[in-house]
Amino acid sequence: MIELIFSDLCNGCGKCVEVCPTNALALGGDALPQIRDPSACQTCFMCELYCSNDALYVDPDCEQPRALDPEVIRASGLLGQYRRDSGWDEWAGDPRYPNQHWRMDGIFAMAGHVGANVTPLKSS
Amino acid sequence: MTTQSTAAERLDLTADVLIIGGGLAGTWAAVAAAREGVRVILVDKGYCGTSGVTATAGPGHWWVPPQPEVRQAAIEKRLGTAYGLADPDWMARALDTTWTSLPSLAGYYDFPTNEAGVTQYRGLRGPEYLRGMRRLVEDSGVRILDHSPALELLRDEHGVISGARGWRRQAGGDWQVKAAAVVIASGGCAFLSRLLGSHTNTGDGYLMAAEAGAELSGMEFSNYYGIAAAGTTMSRSMVYTFGDYFDDSGRALGFGPGPAFTENLARALLNGPVYCRLNRVPQEIRQQLPTIQPNLMLPFNRHGVDPYNQLFAVTLHAEGTIRGVGGLRVIDEDCQTTVPGLFAAGDAASREPITGATSGGGAQNSAWALSSGQWAGRGAARLARQTHSSSHGPSHNRLQGFQGLGLDRQHTSQPGATDALIKRIQAEVHPLDKNLFRSGAQLERSLQALDSVWDQVTSSALGADQNPLRAREVVAMAATARWCYHAAEQRRESRGMHKRSDLPEQAAQFDAHLRLGGLDQVWSRFDPLSSAQTPQLQQGARP
Repeated sequence: MIELIFSDLCNGCGKCVEVCPTNALALGGDALPQIRDPSACQTCFMCELYCSNDALYVDPDCEQPRALDPEVIRASGLLGQYRRDSGWDEWAGDPRYPNQHWRMDGIFAMAGHVGANVTPLKSS
Repeated sequence: MTTQSTAAERLDLTADVLIIGGGLAGTWAAVAAAREGVRVILVDKGYCGTSGVTATAGPGHWWVPPQPEVRQAAIEKRLGTAYGLADPDWMARALDTTWTSLPSLAGYYDFPTNEAGVTQYRGLRGPEYLRGMRRLVEDSGVRILDHSPALELLRDEHGVISGARGWRRQAGGDWQVKAAAVVIASGGCAFLSRLLGSHTNTGDGYLMAAEAGAELSGMEFSNYYGIAAAGTTMSRSMVYTFGDYFDDSGRALGFGPGPAFTENLARALLNGPVYCRLNRVPQEIRQQLPTIQPNLMLPFNRHGVDPYNQLFAVTLHAEGTIRGVGGLRVIDEDCQTTVPGLFAAGDAASREPITGATSGGGAQNSAWALSSGQWAGRGAARLARQTHSSSHGPSHNRLQGFQGLGLDRQHTSQPGATDALIKRIQAEVHPLDKNLFRSGAQLERSLQALDSVWDQVTSSALGADQNPLRAREVVAMAATARWCYHAAEQRRESRGMHKRSDLPEQAAQFDAHLRLGGLDQVWSRFDPLSSAQTPQLQQGARP
């Protein structure tokens, strides 16, 4: 669920509040977005995708909040990952991030031909 | 009790067509209605562009070239898994509409080309698709109200559907739209499971329409489940076709992709944790995955899991009527419901005409949303134009609701009351051993539990002035759960996704559509198959 908003990265555009489909965010008294209700977050990552400043971080754990160190996340390189891999905004046209969604059909077809070769694992 | 609010707090608007829901079906409905030259308003519970299950996924459409023999083969293949409940004419219409519509999005979606330079129309990334649809809706002159959930339908003094009323959850106050025709495109219902993007889809449209007297159909086909890494919402299934699966002791479970995959995984999950490893994903695909499905890897990367070499726990998320089939019954080619002036599209409508008793998966379901959306939008616009000349002037004061439950904002609920009710509903409809693997005895027990939930819904205050939507969502999920299980109990056989251990065989006496409706008293009726092709109400008929 939504965990962090980096106010120093945020430009106050309010787009995340607008696009959050479950209304988990709200503008605070300082006109910057705040997490209004973390339990309303559906962990869909849409706020991250629409944030051109990469100022939000959603943890993939959809069941409970996690105690995250903002500076660890900031240094992780994970901020803006979704928007970059989607080729949005300044990443549009970057040959490293083309829209290859169309390959799904071929991959589904390939899955049937990659034979199962499963050996038992040791319990870990 | 109808919503009380002062006129000063209310945004009063008039349109010809009101679309409720701004996902895949709702946006296509809005575009098609606007194409007819009428005034259209689209309201969304969240944000048109991110709301719903398409925006967070990547739909491939049922995409079949127009050569007659190719189309016929595609239809016959799907008829084979429809178990008698689909209609080849509706399938043909959906294929044709999909084939001609997607290329018209050029300029709104940047369709890529493959290595051979061929433009790829079939599959679209969800966020870009819905972002483009929003732009197209806006460019079509449609007014969009975001964060404006509909709470109830409205009727005029003659009882005719005349719009809807709702809440502006960010702007504050209420909204009311008077419209000659309404399209319900509010999605299906997964009962707030962890299915990606599904938390706006709580069955609100079923509830509003049923209060107005609409019938539902196919609600027994409401038990689809989708795989995801445990504790995450990332229900993108493609890579799991390469998965190897193990139990807690490291024993290979030995099942793979195929029609029995979900049942095999479900049986294993009922015995204990199940772990997956994706080491059979080819290297070159691993490199491409982040730009094929950019959200797929987010959970793995962020939790430090290498899914190609490490084991990770998996689960199944309930998808209810989202990738199930059931919904509002449509009775004519315009996707009009049994209530004149009220249309349904996408997951809000029963998809039986093209999928029968089996989930259409992503492909047929996206084709259905795109097609039924446009049929409903166009039908609603034409009906609105027909009634325009004879209609009395817009008088918002004469409109009234349908006295639905959960609309009373004067008496607020106890803290936690709605959460407790939601948990009780989920406890019946989410567990694999109650819903995926069905039996008559368990359905009876679940129906008793859900009747008890309904008793509480009817007898206690659910309202909260701070959030009038939550009470309506709880009522909608309680009603939808009862419809699903009432239908599952009534269909005393196994057919398609509806499998009962006490009645494992398909029975010819149930070669029929199961219609139902009602709130306090749920009623049901089997209609012979031919009636699906013979609309029982005349198009545009009004009481």
